[in-house]
Amino acid sequence: MLEVQNLSKSFNGEPALRDISLTVPRRVITALIGPSGCGKSTLLRTLIGLLFPDRGTVLFDGEPLSERTVLRIRHRTGYVIQEGGLFPHLTAERNIRLLADRLGRSRRETGERVHELCAITRFPAGALARYPYELSGGQRQRVALMRALLLDPDVLLLDEPLAALDPIVRSSLQQELKQTIERLGKTTVLVTHDLAEAAWFSRDIVLMRAGRIVQRGPISQLRERPAAPFVTEFVRAQRGPHEINGARSR
Amino acid sequence: MNRSGDGFKRFMLAVLIGILIYIIWYISAHSAPARDPVKLGSKKFTESVILGEIAALHLSEAGIPAEHLAELGGTRILFNALVSGEIDAYPEYTGTLREEIFRERSPTSSAQIRELLAERGVRITGELGFNNTYALGMLPDRADELGIGSISDLRGHPELEFGFTSEFLNRGDGWPSLRDAYDLPQRNVSGMDHDLAYRALANGAVDVIDLYSTDAEIAYYDLRVLADDRSHFPSYQAVYLYRNELSEETPGAVAALEELAGRFDADRMRALNRRVKIDGESEAAVAASFLEREFGAEVAYREETAASRLLARTGEHLVLVGIALALGILVAIPLGVFAYRSAAASPVILAAAGIIQTVPSLALLVFMIPLLGIAGPPAIAALFLYSLLPIVRNTHAGLAGIAPSLRESAEALGLTARDRLFHVELPLASPSILAGIKTSAVITIGFATLGALIGAGGYGQPILTGIRLDDYGLILEGAVPAAALAIVAQGLFDLLERVIVPRGLRLKRAN
Repeated sequence: MLEVQNLSKSFNGEPALRDISLTVPRRVITALIGPSGCGKSTLLRTLIGLLFPDRGTVLFDGEPLSERTVLRIRHRTGYVIQEGGLFPHLTAERNIRLLADRLGRSRRETGERVHELCAITRFPAGALARYPYELSGGQRQRVALMRALLLDPDVLLLDEPLAALDPIVRSSLQQELKQTIERLGKTTVLVTHDLAEAAWFSRDIVLMRAGRIVQRGPISQLRERPAAPFVTEFVRAQRGPHEINGARSR
Repeated sequence: MNRSGDGFKRFMLAVLIGILIYIIWYISAHSAPARDPVKLGSKKFTESVILGEIAALHLSEAGIPAEHLAELGGTRILFNALVSGEIDAYPEYTGTLREEIFRERSPTSSAQIRELLAERGVRITGELGFNNTYALGMLPDRADELGIGSISDLRGHPELEFGFTSEFLNRGDGWPSLRDAYDLPQRNVSGMDHDLAYRALANGAVDVIDLYSTDAEIAYYDLRVLADDRSHFPSYQAVYLYRNELSEETPGAVAALEELAGRFDADRMRALNRRVKIDGESEAAVAASFLEREFGAEVAYREETAASRLLARTGEHLVLVGIALALGILVAIPLGVFAYRSAAASPVILAAAGIIQTVPSLALLVFMIPLLGIAGPPAIAALFLYSLLPIVRNTHAGLAGIAPSLRESAEALGLTARDRLFHVELPLASPSILAGIKTSAVITIGFATLGALIGAGGYGQPILTGIRLDDYGLILEGAVPAAALAIVAQGLFDLLERVIVPRGLRLKRAN
């Protein structure tokens, strides 16, 4: 569904991505993980054209991403960032429907879609009229997810979507988010720095370091057959192995 | 209808409608009825205002509609306004024509002056009958005691103390040449302010001062004006100048102006000046009583009440500020947006707006005169330029200050650049933009008081007149409403903020 070929990107001469190639399969969650500055967010941002690479190509469903195609590709992609990135001057509902309204979609159908999404994300419809500052952190992420899902995109890009939440809210949202994505069958790329979260969401973990992909595979493979000493180091530095054994024991 | 850009759109729409209403009002208030009234101008000192008022009233009495644009400015402004047809006539002095307006051509005869004036399309009336030149004055008792009646008589009294204005000490026809012309022996000469000189003379600190021969104070202190028996001082005969066209358009007006020739003398002019400057009568009342005595008919004049004056000044001030600010908003917000969008243009735009702001306000006002004439338009143009910087800077800062995560969210959503600007970026920047407009409004209201210097009216008019007449009440009549207007404007913008700034952003600030 998504494919990047030989992607390189530098900021002020500092390479952030070095010749990365990656294929993201359809309808499953792929997790990008690695320490801060490894290039995982940069990679995600090139997938939606917030950054254009110095070299290499991004293919969306076989179509190269360019200035010309970027808007169309963005409309087929949902993007959620840490803390949601909701517009504070708009109510939850207007945040969600802003794009559809600007595209001139039927207001009635959009309204129905919003209520459908409320059910999917378990967001109380009564809170749609509230402004982001009047919502809890968890509610804000639900609104952000609804905004990303409004046009029923093919692809979801999630950049640390739950990182700013407190642990209890986070844990229950992880659960819901995973169910929702799997039920909708979206091709999803999730960026996280938390190996437990990556393992919980995905069997396809892409571990990055210094702009390169170090190893790709399920958590068991990273633990048992590390491709480099860094992989072992990274796995050890995360939480106890009992927690990351494929499923959470809470 | 999506509401995200509404506050902003509604605001811009209101601004546009406001401008239209203003322009229509301004044009209807200033445009010509079937026949233009004859426009008399005057300089910003009392004698000129009285002469302007006398001419305007005299024309009105003769059935010729006339209006008096009082205190328009100095010689240059008045003469240029006459040449360009913005006024039809104004009182002037022959010495000023010779020494200032046509200085480079150094005309020697009145025939030559007439020729030079004709080249500029201007004509001159007969002399009004008094000569407002430099003179020397003494207390009458002291002069009698020493037997002094003329400047030559001063030669016999080297002990006398002189107090002269610094201008007189340095002028070509001032003290140095006067001393040489009369072989004056005095060496005790001090420089002082003109108003202080009168007091120094009254309490005996100095014996002789320089004066303008029709100063009101001459009558007030009953001073002896020493005869210029060697004709040292050039003649400053009062006259009216008028446009050539006036004699064709309104021949009666020229005839009426000519009727005033020879009606004055220095004593009478001094008395008129005194009644305005020292006794506090209005120029209109003094002018009317002069005409009644001179022509025997009852003269109707309009005495402005404080309330009608305040209303008129408020209207003028609001027009100046309103049009300038509205244009400022319309130009500055797009400039600020452009500066934010274009990294290359940004420093240029911000620096240019900054440089305009550093031009001293008075200079900016004067620069506008050759381009736009006098009164409203140049003042509005200058105010408009002044209003730009705070709005441009705040628009740019408000947009540049948007959190990168929000800007990227809007982009990632797939909104077009235009939708991002109107539905995300401008609403998010609106508190900052509004603060810029508020600053601009307050600055403009204060700066607009200077508009009176070039005849634009407004609250600066009573301030200017108050300074001329040394009347604090009149100064306050302009200063207090100007300050009050600034406060009201601030309050209005605070209210406006509730309408324009999206509620979601106000919540943020409350948090």
